[in-house]
Amino acid sequence: MNDPFPRGAAAIVGAATFGIGRMPGWEASDLAAVACRDALAQAGLTFSDVDGLFFCHGTDTLGGLSFAQYLGINPKFIDNSRTGGSAFQTYVELAAILLDAGIIETALIAYGSNQASASGKLVNTVLPNPHESPYRPMNPFSSYALAASRHMHQFGTTKEQLGEVALAAREWAQLNPAAFVRDPLTMDEYMSARMINDPLGKFDACLVTDGAAAIVMTRRERASDLVSNPVTVLGAAHETSHREIASMPDLTVTAAKQSGARAFAQAGLTSADIDVVMVYDAFTINTILFLEDLGFCPKGEGGNFVSGGAIAPGGRLAVNTNGGGLSCVHPGMYGLFAIIEAVEQLQAKCGDRQVKGATHAVAHGNGGVLSSQATVILGNPGSA
Amino acid sequence: MGPEAEYRAHLAAGRFMIQRGATSGKAFFPPRTHEPVTGDAAKWVEASGCGTVYTVTIVRKRDPEPDYNIVLIDLQEGPRLMSRMDGIAPGEVKIGMAVTARIITENETPVLIFEPAA
Repeated sequence: MNDPFPRGAAAIVGAATFGIGRMPGWEASDLAAVACRDALAQAGLTFSDVDGLFFCHGTDTLGGLSFAQYLGINPKFIDNSRTGGSAFQTYVELAAILLDAGIIETALIAYGSNQASASGKLVNTVLPNPHESPYRPMNPFSSYALAASRHMHQFGTTKEQLGEVALAAREWAQLNPAAFVRDPLTMDEYMSARMINDPLGKFDACLVTDGAAAIVMTRRERASDLVSNPVTVLGAAHETSHREIASMPDLTVTAAKQSGARAFAQAGLTSADIDVVMVYDAFTINTILFLEDLGFCPKGEGGNFVSGGAIAPGGRLAVNTNGGGLSCVHPGMYGLFAIIEAVEQLQAKCGDRQVKGATHAVAHGNGGVLSSQATVILGNPGSA
Repeated sequence: MGPEAEYRAHLAAGRFMIQRGATSGKAFFPPRTHEPVTGDAAKWVEASGCGTVYTVTIVRKRDPEPDYNIVLIDLQEGPRLMSRMDGIAPGEVKIGMAVTARIITENETPVLIFEPAA
C-alpha cells in the first residue's frame, strides 16, 4: 500500500543558488540569505512571507533559530533536523505534508556554507566513535572506500567504471557556467591519480566549496497564482539504515532501495518515466549504488550501466547534469543543490545542458556514510 | 558501569567480549544496554575471535608516514566491526580472508586488531 503522501499538493515556486566556489569574508548565513532572497523573489515573495523555515547550519546546532533571527521572521514551524546531506530531501517531504495540512503557507528550505574559505576542508561535526577511532579512518572517505571495495569484489565493478562516473560529471560541469571545476578530465588522468583510500582517489571524491541554496514551496493552487512554472512534488520518502559503516547491513545495498520504491509508488511512476536523475555523488561509488537502488539498473550492474559515457551528455540517461558534487559544488551538504538542478531542468532553464522535454526528475539525497537516503520526485508544470 | 565501559574493562583484562540477546541468543556489537530491535536483556559472552574480512581499504599517506589498512570484519558469531589487520602488508589484505582477533596496547589503551588466521 502506498504511503498517504499528498502527491502533487505542494509545488516549488522558487529555487536559487549563490556563491558556488570561494566566498572569503562571507558567513554561511550571509550566503544562505542571498539565495533565500533570490528564490523568494522568483515568486514575488520576501522574508516576511515565510512561516515554515527548514534550515541547517554546518556547525551551529541552533542554526534554525539563528537564521530565523537573521531573516527577521517568527516562523510557525522550524525544522533544524540533521540527517546529513539528505536533510533537504526530508525537508521537502515534511514541508509538503505541512502545506497540505494547512499548517503553513510558505516553506523556505535553505542552506549555506563557507567551509572551503573558512577551513579549506570538510568540517567534521560529529562525535568520534570509540569503535572506529583507534583504526584512524579518514571519514567519510574511508567508509565510502570500504563500500566501493566490497562492490568491486562482489560484482566485478572496475576502477574504470568509477572513472566513468567522474568523467561524466566533469563533462556535464563543462556545460554549466556555474560549476566550480570545468577543466577537461581524461581517463588517463583519472587512472593515474594518487589513491587516497583504495580504491578511491582524488577524482572519486566530491569537491570542497562554499555555496548556498534555497527553495520556496507552497500549495499547488497558490503556486499557479504566483508563478507560471511551478514544479510539483509528486513523491518524497526517506529511510535510514545505520550510522557508522560497520553497522550497514550490506555495503552494496543502500536504503535508497526503500526510499526510492516508496517515492516512486507515491508518484505513480517508475524509473522509466524519469528524464533527469540527480543523485548525491559524494563519491563516485554513490552514483553507481543509487542508480541500482533507485531501479535504473539491476543490483550489481551499475558499473556496466555507466560505461561508455552512458550517463555523460548525449548518453542514455541524464545523470547529475549540473556536474554534481564531484565537479559542480559541495559545501559540506549537497542535497539541496541536487533538488535545485532538478527544478531548473523541469523549468527548462539549463541552457547548454538542458535535457529536452524534461517532464519528471528524481533528486536523491544521501546522508552520513550511506546512512540516510531520501528521494524526491518532481514533475514539470505540465506533468501533474 | 555502562556497557561501553564494561567492554573496555574486559578488553583491558585481555578478554574480547561481545553481547547476546538473553532470549534470542543473537550476538550484537557494539555494546548496548539492551538487545537492539527486541529491547531484551543483554548477556556478555567471550567472542571466539574468529572472523573473515568483509571489506578493506588502504589509507595512503605521504612519505615518510606509512600506509595502513582499515577492514570490516565479520565475526563468526555474526556482528561486523571496524578494525585493522596486523602482521600483513596492507596490500596483501584480501576480502574473504580468515582472521583471528588479538588485543594489543596502543597509546596505553587496549585495542582490538586482527591477524591472518594460522
